[in-house]
Amino acid sequence: MNSSMIIYTAISLCATGITAAVILYLVARKFRVEEDPRVDAIEALLPGANCGGCGQPGCRGLAVAIARANSLEGLACPAGDAATMPAIAAVLGLEAGTRVPRVAVVRCNGDHDRRPRSSVYDGYPSCVVEHALYRGEGDCPFGCLGLGDCARACAFGAIRVDETTGLPVVDEAACTGCEACVKACPRGIIEARARGIKERRVFVSCVNRDRGAIARAACGSACIGCGKCARECPFGAITVERNLAYIDFHKCKLCRKCVSSCPTGAIHEINFPPRKVELTRVETENTDTPC
Amino acid sequence: MNKLIISPSPHVHGGDSIERNMYGVLVALLPALLCSILFFGWGALYVTIAAVASAMLFEYAIQRYLLKQPATIDDGSAVITGVLLAFNLPSTIPLWLVMLGALVAIGIGKMSFGGLGNNIFNPALVGRVFLLISFPVQMTTWPVPRGFETTDAVTGPTPLVFVKQALREHKPFVEVFSPAGGGRDLLDLGTGSGIGGSLGEIAAFALLLGFAYLLIKRVITWHIPVSIFLAIALFSGILHWIDPAYAGPLFHLLSGGVMLGAIFMATDYVTSPMSPRGMWIYGTGIGALTIIIRNFGAYPEGVSFAILIMNAFTPLINKYCKPKRFA
Amino acid sequence: MLKTFTPGGIHPPADKLSSREATVPLPLPERVAIPLSQHIGVPATPLVKKGDRVKAGQLIGEAVGPISANVHSSVSGTVLDIEAVVDASGYARPAVVIRVEGDEWDASVSRQESPGRHLSAFSREEILAAIQAAGIVGMGGATFPTRVKLSPPPGSEPGLLIINGVECEPFLTADHRLMIEKSRELLIGTRFLMKALGVEQAVIGIENNKPDALAGMREAVMKHALGIEVCPLKVKYPQGGEKQLIRAITGRRVPPGALPISVGVVVHNVGTVYAAYEAITMHKPLVERVVTVTGKSLSRPGNYLCRVGTPVACLIEAAGGLPGDTGKVIAGGPMMGKALTSTAVVVTKGTSGVLVIPESEARRQPARDCIRCTKCVKACPMGLEPYLLMTLGEYRQTEALERARVMDCIECGSCNFTCPAHRPLLDIIRLGKSRVGQLMKTRKPS
Repeated sequence: MNSSMIIYTAISLCATGITAAVILYLVARKFRVEEDPRVDAIEALLPGANCGGCGQPGCRGLAVAIARANSLEGLACPAGDAATMPAIAAVLGLEAGTRVPRVAVVRCNGDHDRRPRSSVYDGYPSCVVEHALYRGEGDCPFGCLGLGDCARACAFGAIRVDETTGLPVVDEAACTGCEACVKACPRGIIEARARGIKERRVFVSCVNRDRGAIARAACGSACIGCGKCARECPFGAITVERNLAYIDFHKCKLCRKCVSSCPTGAIHEINFPPRKVELTRVETENTDTPC
Repeated sequence: MNKLIISPSPHVHGGDSIERNMYGVLVALLPALLCSILFFGWGALYVTIAAVASAMLFEYAIQRYLLKQPATIDDGSAVITGVLLAFNLPSTIPLWLVMLGALVAIGIGKMSFGGLGNNIFNPALVGRVFLLISFPVQMTTWPVPRGFETTDAVTGPTPLVFVKQALREHKPFVEVFSPAGGGRDLLDLGTGSGIGGSLGEIAAFALLLGFAYLLIKRVITWHIPVSIFLAIALFSGILHWIDPAYAGPLFHLLSGGVMLGAIFMATDYVTSPMSPRGMWIYGTGIGALTIIIRNFGAYPEGVSFAILIMNAFTPLINKYCKPKRFA
Repeated sequence: MLKTFTPGGIHPPADKLSSREATVPLPLPERVAIPLSQHIGVPATPLVKKGDRVKAGQLIGEAVGPISANVHSSVSGTVLDIEAVVDASGYARPAVVIRVEGDEWDASVSRQESPGRHLSAFSREEILAAIQAAGIVGMGGATFPTRVKLSPPPGSEPGLLIINGVECEPFLTADHRLMIEKSRELLIGTRFLMKALGVEQAVIGIENNKPDALAGMREAVMKHALGIEVCPLKVKYPQGGEKQLIRAITGRRVPPGALPISVGVVVHNVGTVYAAYEAITMHKPLVERVVTVTGKSLSRPGNYLCRVGTPVACLIEAAGGLPGDTGKVIAGGPMMGKALTSTAVVVTKGTSGVLVIPESEARRQPARDCIRCTKCVKACPMGLEPYLLMTLGEYRQTEALERARVMDCIECGSCNFTCPAHRPLLDIIRLGKSRVGQLMKTRKPS
């Protein structure tokens, strides 16, 4: 090996390198994308989970949308904590509205005992697929299909389908209220409700709109639209529409009178201390959670 | 009454399975395996068994302990990878090298991409090329077939070596590659008798028999092998017509790994294009690259490299070559 | 060389167990439930109320708007109620439930062909009115109102009527039997439809695996010399698909999203033709149809002339009863039929068959990863790439799905049938179609 070979190699390598660098520079100049610097600033403030709860394609998508709109109208991160939106508003020089912290609530109580299965589904394991073609394995055309589209949609691992009941269970500590599961459920069973004082909540755990007799036949703990709860409620928080009761969490004062009035046990209370009187019919969930 | 089962249509299945296709390929490889045992003796069988066993073992170990997923070694794809790897090796290769090749083939070529269906490159070829580049001496010491004779193996050149020799000496290829010049009759290439080479590549007719079986069983379609054959015949024919120092089409078709590669490696489901038009492009590319490497490259044989290069183009081909729409 | 379509197609085992069983009338059930929506389009409005006495053939539901169909009582008896009755999906739909009492027919219906009246005596308007009144819908399964299909949009020029006697679904033999037993009536019906459309030419497409039907129809054509041609076709699924059948017979290709009329062709099923014959010559509305009841586990597979609204359970009873090992009961054929949630579901105008599958064959195999074998691409009769559509669907790439022409999919199931990895391709493609459909809807106003 002689020295000229080394020199030639070095020269040709350098020349190749320089040419490539020039080309890269020119291409980068030509295809450069001008971007609002605020996008990066906003994105840095977002949780970065890309949960899709805001309806945008990931956190970057929301940041771009906010920067482009230059307002927070209809654009908000449902997953971030209380400080997230005010901080973003500060970047834009705007005021952020306050938002009540929310948590996902599953409004179906049709486990295997209350809602017996009358057929076996053997198609693609996804709720949207089954919902489009069939009423489900039980007789209730409104109830949970139990195939876990909600669980797959959750970026925080806060919801999973319980194998024994076939119903989704929300991990309240992990849930950010981003509503990704709400959007994923083809039957509109999951609702993002206010977390409530001391995490206490009262809600109707059913979305069946069939007439009472039909609903009852399909599921033992269906809301039959009898209206007892609405009459019982001292705050006018309960409305019954098309055979289904709904508790407005803005008006509900958590008195729990409706819970004991429900003949089918469709109204649930969560995170209350155990009652002194032995309850009949009424379901309590998560009573072991500290209040 | 039992609960009725509900599911979207269709409610019947044709009965085809991954296993049926994979074992179909294995059956098609049998004649070639028998030939290689006949020509190279038990060494051929040992190499094949070592390759298959280690491919299955590595796949099982990776799925079970690394990926923690159910093992699928019974689907037959690891067996095929093992057999094809063995078919690309000389019969005298040390068995530890075979195992190393199987590890690279399964570990890097297949499982690192996510297992069957997700790999970009043909796993057996990844293993073979790894061995070829890392252990060139062991990988290019070709024993001359002597059947079950127990005498020490005699090594000799593969016919493809004559391609470069003819070009170097600039003599007409037929002169260099003749029984007088140390070469053989073209017909010998077809039956594989007395030709040096890897396990699976020496008996072109046995491989063609497998091809017929695959076509009858509808495991593969004819597009890829036929387009490779045509491309090789075309490009080598042009070169041979320009200058007789280049070997002719028949020689190129029958020698080396063309048959094995075109029928069994290029047609690998996972790494080949999805539409007939794409298959034509892919096959033509493999044929052209093979002829280029064989005539102008550093290595005497180019089928493996040609297939790997076209494997890399497969996603692009799939993106642009769509099947013929109904209207 | 027999005609067939390209590209794609598959060859499922035919399993036509009941092709030699003559059609027999099914005994009347105790009660029927007649859904008010047995067609594509707006459900009919009920004309009867609880306690009313009705006769067979009496109008009980009136068509609403242009795309809808009349519904008639299929039996005589008392209306028990108009209530929600579960359909094949398990969702409840309004239906008229009637307790059967005797078998008395409405006075307007003649049970025989009115003698002495020549074909040419019927005017085009008369034919269309009779079909409209009889509530006839496409009986091959699509249940599109026939009256609408016989009124091509202005500007289009129908030149050819194709009668679909393909019956490419495995197991089903209802159309096959109809062609053997009612060949003369079918030809008369075809003439009526030709007149209604104003076309001079009609072709009856029949697959080659029904030699008796082919021979019967050919003989009838020879005898009556009506200017109708019988075209034998090479067996291939899904040849009964409208677009595939037109391609096979004429070589013309119906463009994506377009109707067959865009290439000058109208296709009607033989069942529909027979219903039209009865409606025009006897004023008989569509209240009964031939249903194939079949399955390898049934003791007496057969073809039954059955009143609309009869529970599927009655048909299965007639065919020897539901075997204990039954896993699936399907309305329609095995490729495109619908698995029923219960045997209480009733026969509608579009029910061509009831198929019973034992549990051992009813379950799907577990799905594995795609090995990219291209068999689905080869099988797709629309030249699509099912493997790609499934991947895009799973990742919710709706725009990409639209570009990959997911809306061309005719949901024939060939991809699922052929997939060696048992992937539920069509499940996801169907979902993708509905997502793309929603996307297209949101786009329309802008």
